[in-house]
Amino acid sequence: MDAIQYISKRLLLMIPILFGISVLTFFISHTIPGDPARLILGPKADPVIIKELQEKMGLNDPVYVQYGRYVSGILQGDLGNSTYTQQAVVNDLKRYFPATLELTLFSMIITVLVGIPFGIISANKKDKIPDQITRFAALIGVAMPAFWLGIILLLFFYLQLGVLPGAGRLDTWVSPPAHITGMYTIDALLTGNWPVFQSAFIHLILPGITQAAVTIGMITRMTRSSMLEVLRSDYVRTAYAKGGSQNRVLYGHALQNGMMPILTLIGMTFGHSLGGSVLVESVFSWPGLGKYAVNAITYLDFPAVMGVTLLIAVLFIFVNLIIDIFYQVIDPRLKYE
Amino acid sequence: MVRRIFSSPLTLIGFILVFILLFLAAFAPLIATYNPLEVNFSNKLQPPSSAHIFGTDEVGRDIFSRIVYGSRISLKVGLLVVVISFPVGTMLGAIAGYFGGLVDQIIMRLTDIFLSFPGIILAMSIAAALGPSIENVLLALAVVWWPWYTRIVRSSVLSIKNAEFIESSRALGAHPFRILFKDILPNSIAPASIQASLDLGFVILAAAGLSFIGLGAQPPSPEWGAMLSSSREILREAWWAATFPGLAILFTVLGFNLLGDGLRDVLDPKQR
Repeated sequence: MDAIQYISKRLLLMIPILFGISVLTFFISHTIPGDPARLILGPKADPVIIKELQEKMGLNDPVYVQYGRYVSGILQGDLGNSTYTQQAVVNDLKRYFPATLELTLFSMIITVLVGIPFGIISANKKDKIPDQITRFAALIGVAMPAFWLGIILLLFFYLQLGVLPGAGRLDTWVSPPAHITGMYTIDALLTGNWPVFQSAFIHLILPGITQAAVTIGMITRMTRSSMLEVLRSDYVRTAYAKGGSQNRVLYGHALQNGMMPILTLIGMTFGHSLGGSVLVESVFSWPGLGKYAVNAITYLDFPAVMGVTLLIAVLFIFVNLIIDIFYQVIDPRLKYE
Repeated sequence: MVRRIFSSPLTLIGFILVFILLFLAAFAPLIATYNPLEVNFSNKLQPPSSAHIFGTDEVGRDIFSRIVYGSRISLKVGLLVVVISFPVGTMLGAIAGYFGGLVDQIIMRLTDIFLSFPGIILAMSIAAALGPSIENVLLALAVVWWPWYTRIVRSSVLSIKNAEFIESSRALGAHPFRILFKDILPNSIAPASIQASLDLGFVILAAAGLSFIGLGAQPPSPEWGAMLSSSREILREAWWAATFPGLAILFTVLGFNLLGDGLRDVLDPKQR
């Protein structure tokens, strides 16, 4: 089987998963609450108005009819209206998504730049002091509540030292760059707007580090164990025996092969970061999907919560799909299965 | 075996941390120095001192006493979520692995669907649909957690189901369920149990996160995540209100992680 065939097969396999996701979100949004109309209108709503909305939403129809309507709505980009912002949920998602994507990408960059080198050092110095320190730090990173780390960083760098900004994506006196991607740092760079880039960048630092702390722990541990496995192998011993320098063997031979499982984990941590955005964004008032979802929870705005859930689930499976495909394509040892 | 578990200093630390948590939860009324819900405005925002070792919050409640009582909530959530999701996940994994075929397909596709959501997001939407309360967070987390056990148990069942001692049971004409529950399950449950001990910490972490965003325990409950959430309002005046509940969560999760890692090294040396 060649790459094209493999990719199309994988895409076909997505269909049952997407179907399953839609059934699950339908179940959560239509069955669990008992009465979605009451949920949308809130506990104090007039029974007459509830009845009207039930009628309008077709809640008296059989379940499969309701499900059909739900899915055809999604396929046409209709996720209902947010009861809090009074906008179509789809439009809200479009507006808040770039901020989340920017933060997630930034934290993934930090994760890779910090986590992989420390994992390599740790494996190479197995059981020595650097390894012990790295492993302990990774352990703390995984066990730490990210939202708490965010608060502590705010306390220290914003309130105590005053060196980094506390909330939002830009300083109040800076206006956002022209909309291209919606990610302020990238848009500012594309339009050559240096002051806006600076402001956007320093606002990313604390939430980015907060978001990355957990995933750094995960990637470091994975890199370490993956590298340990590779370093034991025959070809690494051969490379050393041929007089290869440590750096050449580590980065030229071992890392290439040790990268495979790490790549899969990067996909998983991407999902973890998206999920964590709910917590981190609300600490830093970062106006992305997570903050939007938390606001929605506060105002019992259920269509908005479900919109975020659905979008994040779909993003998550597509990222993992891309990583899977990439994995197959770059590793010639794997036969397309 | 006990000696092997405690030969590693990290495992010992984990054991001590978990022991402290259990101790606090069991003897909370004896350890707490104040009523965790008692409001005392004349005493608000006091920094840590000998009277209030972790200080007081915005309405003068003693933070140390609140953390001590909060250990009961966290422990309850952690244990119940694992107690609900572990048997469900284990059972399904064993059935899928042993019987294979269509049953296996159905069960595993179901787990795929649950695992295609980041856990916290799925739990968030279920808890939001059920309405904010700690019991609903517990339920939501249990719904999210079981597929992990299903996957782990299924793969260990697959690895032993054609072993000789199973073959001999089969040859003796034992009922499939008897083979599954008497022979296969006891021999394939170790990896999932290790995961469960690690998960106690992660469940507590997730529950605190959901309470932090307003879905779980509601004020004035001394739940750690909810305490952290309200500490944000007074961050400028009271660093202690944010610091100590977070440390409580950190040490709890760390304790269960270290203990779980230690158990894995002893029970399942191949995984290292």
